[in-house]
Amino acid sequence: MSNEPAVRVRGLVARYGDKTAVDGLDLDVPAGSVTAVLGPNGAGKTTVIETCEGYRRPDAGTVRVLGMDPVADAARLRPRVGVMLQSGGVYPGARAGEMLAHTARLHAHPLDVDFLVELLGLGSCGRTPYRRLSGGQQQRLSLAMAVVGRPELVFLDEPTAGLDPQARRATWELVRRLRADGVTTVLTTHFMDEAEQLADRVAIVDAGRVIAGGTVQELCRGGAEDSLRFTGRPGLDLGSLLKALPDGTAASEPVPGTYRVSGDVGPELLATVASWCAQNGVMPDGIAVERHTLEDVFLELTGRELRG
Amino acid sequence: MSTGTFAPRPGAAPIGRMIAAQAALETRMLLRNGEQLLLTVVIPSLLLVLFSTVDVVDTGAGEPVDFLAPGVLALAVMSTAFTGQAIATGFERRYGVLKRLGASPLPRWALMCAKTLSVLVTEVLQVALLALIAFGLGWSPQGGPLPVVLLLVAGTAAFSGLGLLMAGTLRAEATLAAANLVFLLLLVGGGVIVPLDRFPGAAASVLSLLPIAALSEGLRDVLQHGAGVPWGDLGVLAVWAVLGLGAAARLFRWE
Repeated sequence: MSNEPAVRVRGLVARYGDKTAVDGLDLDVPAGSVTAVLGPNGAGKTTVIETCEGYRRPDAGTVRVLGMDPVADAARLRPRVGVMLQSGGVYPGARAGEMLAHTARLHAHPLDVDFLVELLGLGSCGRTPYRRLSGGQQQRLSLAMAVVGRPELVFLDEPTAGLDPQARRATWELVRRLRADGVTTVLTTHFMDEAEQLADRVAIVDAGRVIAGGTVQELCRGGAEDSLRFTGRPGLDLGSLLKALPDGTAASEPVPGTYRVSGDVGPELLATVASWCAQNGVMPDGIAVERHTLEDVFLELTGRELRG
Repeated sequence: MSTGTFAPRPGAAPIGRMIAAQAALETRMLLRNGEQLLLTVVIPSLLLVLFSTVDVVDTGAGEPVDFLAPGVLALAVMSTAFTGQAIATGFERRYGVLKRLGASPLPRWALMCAKTLSVLVTEVLQVALLALIAFGLGWSPQGGPLPVVLLLVAGTAAFSGLGLLMAGTLRAEATLAAANLVFLLLLVGGGVIVPLDRFPGAAASVLSLLPIAALSEGLRDVLQHGAGVPWGDLGVLAVWAVLGLGAAARLFRWE
């Protein structure tokens, strides 16, 4: 059971009229993991999630959620899967606590509603109807509704869109606690730091396909090299530095007084550079390691142009 | 709380509990909505009081309230089962409420049961209030309760089918406009306050096939004239119910 992925998608195709939104997509979500689906607007993320939720039938390919067909086995799957839609889903006149309590009543062993209200800071919503809550409050209510039934698997479609930094962190904390308690999470996001913070695995989707997948470390290792940057007096002899450094390392002075060393950046390289600076009587101000971030990888893969 | 709070323990609540919870929530939403209350409570009450006490429409022989009360009861059923339900469901569809409920353990058939229950509860409250007002105006109803209940149930089924058909196929704003317009037209042309025999013969026979006319005339036969079960009117309502619910079941779009 634990070796079986919680979600397995093979060759998924989804079309809207003659437009192909998802074009032969494969995705595996290991049970108990947090998997982030990243991609530019219109990449097909929501279509993939909604197909897994049973809202759409695949035009081609197979989707298995907890080993079942999300459309044919919908009745058995629904209690086991928590869903947070990208927006809406609540009666415009309902109060936050009322709607959450109602969702809890549809489940056999729900979480304590007051506990969730407290955890996600929904207490301040009071008697305000849903339509007059802030976007952030609406998002947090929707998240609470997705988890209140104690599901095995949750789908969160852009859970932190429009949240302030505090609410984003509260959401991250909740996702971490879900993971610690063995809940599988699939989330879509535009935020690279969110994927870096939360995800065991990342799938980068563009034009309806997964164009890169793996752990954040695996993805970041694949692209450009890390580098070390420091400042000192201009015109230092880089030749003597390079002799001290291992093969495959490069050193340059892109701007007078600013130095960049790139290669396998680790503690040894840092120590070598520091001792070389000591020998040359240079104080390496502002020394910093520049890691290749997920955002770099994402932009390399999906391009830097704005999407129309 | 300690680790383990979120440990999965999925399961649907018993079906009866889900339907009861859903019906209670839908009824609360309806009673909290000012525009809905205007339609379901204020307008029927005002019409009953106004036309019973002021001699605007010639309601034939006998006390005006004996003519008007059955018509206003029919109007109350239409306001809740058709107009109110169409508008509420149209906006639930628009705001993704139906979509989100589709991902909950509540099956769709159970959602429809809950909606029906909520409509029936509201109708019971309406009938109680309007009967109270009518008695205050000197109403003396005839006939037995069975034909009245049969007519109210058949009318509810007919109007629900038409309301859900509208809500499930039109945009929410179009539903809002159309449901109110139809309410107004049927109020005038459906034998609610204006007797059908005031219309020219051909028009009257067409109008009498409308669900609101069948319901108000059927209720009038029983409550004003002491008739037994009005099978003709029940038949008209049954045909509307089959057509409306059948079309809604085929054409309703949840998103």
